[in-house]
Amino acid sequence: MTGFFSLTRLWAMFLKEFVQMRRDRLTFGMMLGIPIMQLVLFGYAINNDPRDLPAALVATGNDPYTRAIVQALEVSDYYRFTELGVSAQDADRMLVRGDVAFVVTIPSDLAIRMQRGDKPQLLVEADATDPASAGAAISALPEIARQAFARVNMTRPEAQEGLEVVVHRRYNPEAISQYNVVPGLLGVILQLTMVMMTAMALTREYERGTMENLLAMPATPAEIMLGKVLPYLGVGAVQVVVVLTAGRFLFDIPFVGSISLLLTTTIIFVLALVLLGYFISTVAKTQMQAMQMTFFFFLPSLLLSGFMFPFRGMPEWAQALGEFFPLTHFLRVIRGIMLKGAQWPDVAVESYALVAFVFGFALLALLRFKRTLD
Amino acid sequence: MHAIDVSGLTKRFGDKTVVDNVSMSVDRGEIVGFLGPNGSGKTTSIRMMCGLLKPDAGTGSVLGFDLARQRLSIKKEVGYMTQKFSFYEDLTIEENLSFVAKLYRLRPARDHVRQTLDQLGLTSRKDQLAGTLSGGWKQRLALAACTMHRPKLLLLDEPTAGVDPKARRDFWEEIHQLAHEGMTVLVSTHYMDEAERCHRISYISYGKMIAAGTIADVIRDSGLITYLVHGTNLEDVPGLLQAHPGVEQIAPFGASLHVVGSDRVALQDALKVLEGRDSISVVPGETSLEDVFIKFMATSTDNMQ
Repeated sequence: MTGFFSLTRLWAMFLKEFVQMRRDRLTFGMMLGIPIMQLVLFGYAINNDPRDLPAALVATGNDPYTRAIVQALEVSDYYRFTELGVSAQDADRMLVRGDVAFVVTIPSDLAIRMQRGDKPQLLVEADATDPASAGAAISALPEIARQAFARVNMTRPEAQEGLEVVVHRRYNPEAISQYNVVPGLLGVILQLTMVMMTAMALTREYERGTMENLLAMPATPAEIMLGKVLPYLGVGAVQVVVVLTAGRFLFDIPFVGSISLLLTTTIIFVLALVLLGYFISTVAKTQMQAMQMTFFFFLPSLLLSGFMFPFRGMPEWAQALGEFFPLTHFLRVIRGIMLKGAQWPDVAVESYALVAFVFGFALLALLRFKRTLD
Repeated sequence: MHAIDVSGLTKRFGDKTVVDNVSMSVDRGEIVGFLGPNGSGKTTSIRMMCGLLKPDAGTGSVLGFDLARQRLSIKKEVGYMTQKFSFYEDLTIEENLSFVAKLYRLRPARDHVRQTLDQLGLTSRKDQLAGTLSGGWKQRLALAACTMHRPKLLLLDEPTAGVDPKARRDFWEEIHQLAHEGMTVLVSTHYMDEAERCHRISYISYGKMIAAGTIADVIRDSGLITYLVHGTNLEDVPGLLQAHPGVEQIAPFGASLHVVGSDRVALQDALKVLEGRDSISVVPGETSLEDVFIKFMATSTDNMQ
């Protein structure tokens, strides 16, 4: 009995696999390049303790107390006042749109009341849709306030306890992270399935040899593209219904916005995704490559879009990179509509960004599409 | 106006020239056989003619449409049957036909499909997946699908590879019927008997067009002379003749030998060694197309190496 296990055969098998692996340039590149790229990218980009969060200041007074509070908040590194002296109403819209993460309201008669020995209130409204990103800044508040007053009221230590900081965690008062995660998951699930399915659209035809026949018949690139991606809008619609229903009944996610606005923006998002997938299929040569490219796209979009980690916690370059993922914009739209009751004007900019992706991906795909077998 | 009129078609893949300066013209209603060994550039030439590949050089028109600029118009009027079955194996016969009918905007698509199914005799099996059909049926389905829109030009790339003789004969009957109705047919093949069913043939080898015309033209132009050696105990004859420079080919055909050469005097000189053998007679014979092709293959420079 010879040959239960032959080292020669093992060696032959090993060599064959190695040669094949090396021939597939894309896979080889991905095995070496991706770990390094991702380590650097995510290592520097991801931060669970976001600082420099944009805030709006609603205050009319210009007394030493007000100045001290604003200064102390900014010095803390957590708050950065981008909007000063706005009306309460404007500040509220900014919070809905996500332009600011906090609205700090300081009563105009703060100084008078402090001197009178009243206990005036400092109102801090936080966008708590993502409990994690607002958490650290909120918990730092009492200490910030105490320090501010310590500086102004050196001579009157009893006033230190004279200010009451009231925190409103807007949109998600109980800090339930599902409220943030589940709407985001809708975007993530749609992205994974839509991009992956359509990324196979053309490679499948090439691998089965049916592309030769298809190209010999009089179908135009635009007809082929739309014909291949539109069926997936239906699949996407089913997913939307499933996730939203589950969100409502399994996780009790509040839904305060307009359902028709949500569906409209979701359709635009899905269209952008299927066209992105189709674009990938014009680049990939095999279904395997299409799959790899999908994941190559999927992971950074997950980490840089604000789905897993606070978007504002990332350095600016990473935020800029994040803007190139449709998911980033969709997350802002869906969280805005579902949790904050955002209206069309509040999500218009993000929706236009999604429309831009639709046209951008369609154009890229049409440019990449080869009308011949060359 | 010619159905196909191309000149100087050239196609390179990397640094290999697969089709080299091929010119061809085909008249309407003709059946032209496109012959040549494996890898000679037949498929590439056909793909260039139906707009599937861009020629690196050369110009031409197909059905009067410019090859470089009017590819969509060409596609509408041409039927192309690929070498490998390239309809959807996971669609039914009817679904495949319906897809094709709609791509060509045949109206009403349903009637065209029903008619095609009837002609094929596949009406009762229309819900069967195309992938489950046998080779012969796949070939018939493919032909029916690519002629459903009544193309003016039909390009067939080795349509009968792997099909049994009966199906092949039926297939050629169909081709002749279509040509009779005015369709122009360009068909690539390896088979000599199929070449003989064509009105004209073009022979391509290693990317270069070597011969074109009717079969009689091609045989005449080859300049080959053939003698038939009849008799018994022919086993030693090839050995006796092979060394002689006047003999280019010796091939057995049944009980006789074809002895082929280009130079009549040298050939006769070679055959003198057989004089005096009672059991053997030598008579002038007709050169066959196969003899000509064997010569082409032996003499054409091999750029594959």
